[in-house]
Amino acid sequence: MTIKKDHKINTFMMQLREGARVRIKKKTSNGSVVYEGIVMPTVSRNIVIKLDNGYNVGIRPEHADVELISGAEPLKELVKDKGVKEVEEAGLPVLSILSTGGTIASKVDYRTGAVSPQFSTDDILEAIPELGQIANIRGKVLYSILSENMRAEYWTKLATEVHNELKSGAEGIIVTHGTDTMGYTAAALSFMLQTPAPIVLVGSQRSSDRPSSDAAMNAISAAKVACSDLAEVVVVMHGNTSDKFCLIHRGTKVRKMHTSARYAFQSVNDVPVGKVYYDASNIGNIKVEFLSAYKKKTRDANELELRAELEDKCTSIKYYPGADPAILDFFAEQGYKGIVLEGTGLGHVSTDWLTCVERVVKSGIPVVMTSQCLYGAVCDRVYNTGRDLLRAGIIEGRDMLPETALVKLMWVLGQTTDMDEVRNMMQQNIAGEISGGRTLQ
Amino acid sequence: MTPKTESKEVGLKAGLEIHQQLDTHTKLFCNCPTRLRDKKESNFSFIRYLRASKSEMGEVDAAALEEQKYSQTFLYKGYDSTCLVEYDEEPPGELNGEAIETALEVALLLKMKPLDEVHTMRKIVIDGSNTCGFQRTALVATDGVLQTEEGPVRVDSLCLEEDAAQKLEPEGDAVVYSLDRLGIPLVEVCTAPDIKSAEQASKVAGQLGMILRSTGKVKRGLGTIRQDINISIEKGARVEIKGVQNLRLIRQIVEKEINRQLKLIELKQILNRRGAWVEDRIENLSDIFVNTSSRVLKKADNNVFGVCLHGFTGILGTELQPDRRFGSELADCARKYGVGLMHTDELPAYGITEDEVERMRSAFDAGEHDCVVIVATGRERAEKALNAVLARAEEAMHGVPKETRRALPNGCSAYMRPLPGAARMYPETDVPPVEIETRKLTRIKAQLPETFEDRKARYKEKFNINEELADKISRNHYFTLFERIMKSYAGLSATLVVRTLTDTLAELVQEGVEVDNLGDQHFMILFEQLAANSFGKEAIPAILTLLANKPDTSIEQAIAEIGLGVGIEEVTRAIADIVNSKKDFILENGERSVGPLMGVVMNDLRGKVDGKVINKILVEQVKAVLDEL
Ligand SMILES: [Zn+2]
Repeated sequence: MTIKKDHKINTFMMQLREGARVRIKKKTSNGSVVYEGIVMPTVSRNIVIKLDNGYNVGIRPEHADVELISGAEPLKELVKDKGVKEVEEAGLPVLSILSTGGTIASKVDYRTGAVSPQFSTDDILEAIPELGQIANIRGKVLYSILSENMRAEYWTKLATEVHNELKSGAEGIIVTHGTDTMGYTAAALSFMLQTPAPIVLVGSQRSSDRPSSDAAMNAISAAKVACSDLAEVVVVMHGNTSDKFCLIHRGTKVRKMHTSARYAFQSVNDVPVGKVYYDASNIGNIKVEFLSAYKKKTRDANELELRAELEDKCTSIKYYPGADPAILDFFAEQGYKGIVLEGTGLGHVSTDWLTCVERVVKSGIPVVMTSQCLYGAVCDRVYNTGRDLLRAGIIEGRDMLPETALVKLMWVLGQTTDMDEVRNMMQQNIAGEISGGRTLQ
Repeated sequence: MTPKTESKEVGLKAGLEIHQQLDTHTKLFCNCPTRLRDKKESNFSFIRYLRASKSEMGEVDAAALEEQKYSQTFLYKGYDSTCLVEYDEEPPGELNGEAIETALEVALLLKMKPLDEVHTMRKIVIDGSNTCGFQRTALVATDGVLQTEEGPVRVDSLCLEEDAAQKLEPEGDAVVYSLDRLGIPLVEVCTAPDIKSAEQASKVAGQLGMILRSTGKVKRGLGTIRQDINISIEKGARVEIKGVQNLRLIRQIVEKEINRQLKLIELKQILNRRGAWVEDRIENLSDIFVNTSSRVLKKADNNVFGVCLHGFTGILGTELQPDRRFGSELADCARKYGVGLMHTDELPAYGITEDEVERMRSAFDAGEHDCVVIVATGRERAEKALNAVLARAEEAMHGVPKETRRALPNGCSAYMRPLPGAARMYPETDVPPVEIETRKLTRIKAQLPETFEDRKARYKEKFNINEELADKISRNHYFTLFERIMKSYAGLSATLVVRTLTDTLAELVQEGVEVDNLGDQHFMILFEQLAANSFGKEAIPAILTLLANKPDTSIEQAIAEIGLGVGIEEVTRAIADIVNSKKDFILENGERSVGPLMGVVMNDLRGKVDGKVINKILVEQVKAVLDEL
């Protein structure tokens, strides 16, 4: 099949299935040239083929003489969920890996260049065999979504699944998660679950299809923590740019503080729960060290409790100089049940906002004040504006991260609608989200 | 050794792969400068591990697997001139436009066809030289040709790549890399295996280097250009020799690789005749050496393991290249695991006794044609090393193994790793493809630098100078000055100008004259005065020396200071004086007297006026004397 005239190109291009082998003859200003290779997916208007030497090249369809050599070979389809799989080895603890879409393992198809994330237990163990030396791994794929597409309702489902896994004998849980909203999910699980065992969220900042990916080290470290005597929801990610140690962050105190670097996750207003010293050559040498007090594992089945109800009609508003307070009325009219403010400094918004805040609070919508500073606690007793805000009825979010405060408010409103109780619960430390005191870091 | 073999007779097929650093302002994917640093200026470091990505089949590519065998710590040194991109902590930026332009320029000079759209790929490299575990590379052009005296050599591909980090001395168990070099743009030019002789290989490398330099946009100096050569001969196999930094070595490397392959083919025949075989059994020989006097074995706590290569006696001692025996090839394999080996071809020696050798042999029921190879180290490492040795010995029975080798400074090479597979690449999704606009190509084409070859041909034609001089000046950075001088002053000899700008300056440099002090204006005025016959060409070195020592001197001052600047009348008068005083001699010898008289005249006037002018006046005056009769 050969085409020469431009107007036929479009119809032909449509027949150019990805994976088909083609020969393209092309006239150039200094002679003609022939390319042969496999048609690749592309978003550009050019034909992209993978040459036999492995390079992808783009060729403008104009004056290109395209000849089909052979049809598309079926591309290997994405590996689908194989469900829970149990490979028990005596003496090793049982861990459940619940996938939500963050990838800790990928396969690269060098023929097509396609990178496919791997979620099945077999595939994860194939990519990171060390996990099998640490524990008997069960795997389950809950979602395969980008973490920015997470929704509050998914937290409920995840918490329920974690609860089920722990009930059915898992001694620790690993949740693989995209890093963008991992902090929110960690906070949600922290409030929803009272756990007798470790629940560890883990992800990777550098994609798992690259040999330098942080995925394997984070996952191995997470598995070590999931086998420890910790009984909290934590995030385990790289400690700094070196592949030397991971940090264990409390789920309510952790925040993604860098867009791309390995060390993006940091504990804010708290020291990390602990540290995992990594050793690539000897898995047995990997050590978990705790840096601060933590809740310990128990054998008491009553310790496990799920309170997954949420009121997801909550929002957060970031204040900026000159921001219009009418935004509060807007959310109230839209039926929102709770609002978190990200104020300036110690927890301020303009005095223009006072009447609006007061009106909204009086209508039964709790307003929680947090700070854009992230570091340090909100204290509205220091300046007049703060005192006025307190009088208007805001709830001080103490040293809670704004994101944690929002998740907590959703959860609290899922537990009670009594305003006094909401106020009490918001100001009380439930899952480590409010620190007793802060130290120099 | 076989007598030196003619490349053509052995069916040589060789190709070159040249990597040239570009002198761009910033690196290929970030805004860091392309400047190498003093390693002491490194202001922080970090460590990483790399894991091989699995291919579709769940297999790791041969080359990647070879590297993964060693669980390795990589230590990277950063600088205030490197950024998160080099640390693999941030996605790369877009392909450097300046680098693309230079790559296209080189492509067009090599008559290549640029792609319409350039896609950046990831090429898996897990030796640690790239922090991310892959090298980014993009195919920019294909299908070029280089004309050589021995015929055309096709230029298959031109890629734009990022340079790797530079390996430093190891620190403890860590392999150390410096990140200043990582990301400097490189063009990689690959020829087809069209090269048919060692001589041609050397010439092709020279020509490619010249073309790259003619853009004026490539880095110069040691380490800025690296060449790999792939070589195969009939009945041999494709072997890639990497890291040749010196152009002059290329010829030797090709010749020595031809000999190595011939020798391996010969060994194969011998082994096959003998019915040689490799026994897949590793024996613990530690008991034999409990009381050994060998220091090497003692050092390994007498942990000795061995294998038997049946029918290999004498083979391990066969020289393949100067000072490199077949045993060295086996040793290269063991060294990958950090151990040396010993074998019965070279024993007893090194403190190992005849008796111990006998017991080594009997452990395998080895006959006189069998060879026992031992390593002294712990079991795990010994097994890995000996398995590599067995595999290499097995290959010897099939001839030349395909492999990647490392160039040694003496033109030989050592085993490095198996040949990489062709398809260790997948798209770098962080870097958008770049469309090469036709307009851009047209503009670059219009501004292409003249190649050295074109310039040389033009000079020969226009200035009527010989091949040697045309070659010299067209490669010399004074070529533009040469053209300016020739255009400005009529009547000058092109040969003289070229010699002055090349040979004369080279001689002055040797004499220690600071020729760097000489600017274009000095040469312009020099040749202006020479064209006006203000002095003779013999005075050029003296004038240039004076100007170089005192660059502010005017040419008139210089001429006066050296005692030059004699007018024609004065010269005519001086010659007349001499002719008058030698009238008898002239009458006696007739026209033959000119020669001896020339010597006398030149003694007085050397350098003041061109010898040719003096000669002309002298001949006229002698003739006049003879005519008087
Ligand atoms: Zn940089």
